[in-house]
Amino acid sequence: MKKLLQTLRELWRDPMGRISLIGILLIILMAIFAPQLSHFKPDKMVGMPKASLSAQFWFGTDNYGRDIFSRIVYGARVSLQVGLIAVGIGATAGYVLGLIAGYFEGWVDRVIMCLMDILFAFPSILLAILISTVLGRGLVPTMVAIGIVNIPVFARTVRASVISAKGLEYVENARSVGVKTWPILIRHISPNVVAPFTVQATLALSSAILTEASMSFLGLGIQPPASSWGSMLNEARTFMEQAPWMAIFPALFIIITILLFNIMGDSLRDVLDPKLKL
Amino acid sequence: MKNYILRRILQVVPVLIGISILIFAVMKMIPGDVISGILGVEATPELRAQLAAKYGLDRPYLVQYLDWIGGVLHGDFGESIRTSAPILPEILSRFKVTAELTILAAFISWIIAIPLGVLAAVKRNTLADRFVRVFALLGVSVPNFALSILLILVLSLAFSYFPPLGYVGFLEDPLRNLQIMILPAAILGVTISGSVMRMTRSSVLEVLRQDFIKTVRAKGASERVAIFRHALRNALIPIITLIGMQIGSLLGGAVIVEQIFSLPGLGQMTLTGINQRDYPVVQGCVLFIAFIYVLVNLLTDLLYAYIDPRISYD
Repeated sequence: MKKLLQTLRELWRDPMGRISLIGILLIILMAIFAPQLSHFKPDKMVGMPKASLSAQFWFGTDNYGRDIFSRIVYGARVSLQVGLIAVGIGATAGYVLGLIAGYFEGWVDRVIMCLMDILFAFPSILLAILISTVLGRGLVPTMVAIGIVNIPVFARTVRASVISAKGLEYVENARSVGVKTWPILIRHISPNVVAPFTVQATLALSSAILTEASMSFLGLGIQPPASSWGSMLNEARTFMEQAPWMAIFPALFIIITILLFNIMGDSLRDVLDPKLKL
Repeated sequence: MKNYILRRILQVVPVLIGISILIFAVMKMIPGDVISGILGVEATPELRAQLAAKYGLDRPYLVQYLDWIGGVLHGDFGESIRTSAPILPEILSRFKVTAELTILAAFISWIIAIPLGVLAAVKRNTLADRFVRVFALLGVSVPNFALSILLILVLSLAFSYFPPLGYVGFLEDPLRNLQIMILPAAILGVTISGSVMRMTRSSVLEVLRQDFIKTVRAKGASERVAIFRHALRNALIPIITLIGMQIGSLLGGAVIVEQIFSLPGLGQMTLTGINQRDYPVVQGCVLFIAFIYVLVNLLTDLLYAYIDPRISYD
């Protein structure tokens, strides 16, 4: 907890880090208070179809007369939910597999890393699409599919850190005085993995949000009438000339959110791993 | 070196086998069987059995897998359930479009990214550096589909320009082909240029710190010679590894961009296969794309080892 606060404080000192923290906090608040912020239900027809921006409809309405502002606000929930849970799945599985592969080496390492190489051998969007053909479409299958896609990158990051930490003197000392394998892994090696793992998690969040938006844009992720920024942008394609606002707002929110997470990932890397700062 | 090449190739074999098993297993796990997809749920058991026998679906999974992969190794990817057309010729003809799109996009990304990356490194912590870093950050953050939609919107509203529809092959009409391909390729290129820019910047900075550059400068060489003849040549080596990684983003990006610009590439073929539940087509396309990805990565590794003599072959 103390370390987390210290990291946040250092992040706050960096101007870019501060921008990303404020921006992400605003998006989180938007998602939490979606019912209070939005004037209308996101899936209800509340005005004329394709109505332009007005005091009543801040971002206009879509082709079904639904309020775009409300859909954007609720869409933040979907993006963050998918991002957090997918990264949670990928990070947990990747952490365990990376820890085991890095510590035990030998055939265990070879088998795990071969499996990771197989998952890594697909462009991520294609693997997510492939998995979602089995799991189906909608919120939960999309989260699980993106979670699985994220496993190899975490496994590799953790494995590399474990291998370098294993050779450290104090780990060798712990082993020589008879400390068992799991306590060594959890108490002595895991702290070394935290920094690269946190940076990776932040960057994975942005890529998970991007993958969800891409899948929903292709009609393979979140299904209508649920509001996802990707599916909103897909629906907007047909009406771009008559109602450009249908495309502009979801596109802007996707870009801003991914940008903020990437800035945060960069700033975190500078704070947690100054060796990499150039 | 020979041993290294052989070992790298041997390392790829289990991955390729694993990929084929994974794709086959995924296709078998899809809810709802293929037969019902073709005949509908009302079909009589006799008809179902007849069709199952035709596609070999009544045999054990292992036999089905070995049959499929044996066919693949002999250049037979099976046939489409919808059109009964053989899959490989279609994949190959569509791959031409995807290959052109990705090569053009990669080329565009290098033209933008390498000079800007070098500029940022040489003018470190100046306004130019900051500009390049912001541009790179935008490059890695703006999704290709969002950029496509926004660009189409701006071009159509402000300049009354609409991306041309109807694909024409390069050999048929090169000019028309480039007119069609340039916008999607530029979008794909710009969205991956961010990572190349970052890699170039950090790679050049790394080399500029090394002793041999100090020696070159001490010998009185101009800054231009130090940077272009000595630093860039060495800095380009790690950038090569990025080509392999880029292929993943490019092939993945192509799936989306082809859909937006109605380009008849492999990505579009895969998505159509998924939407039409034509699983042999999906199976073939995904296998082909994954193989290409693995092979390009292998070639990149070998090229890297060939160029950089410091890499150990043990």
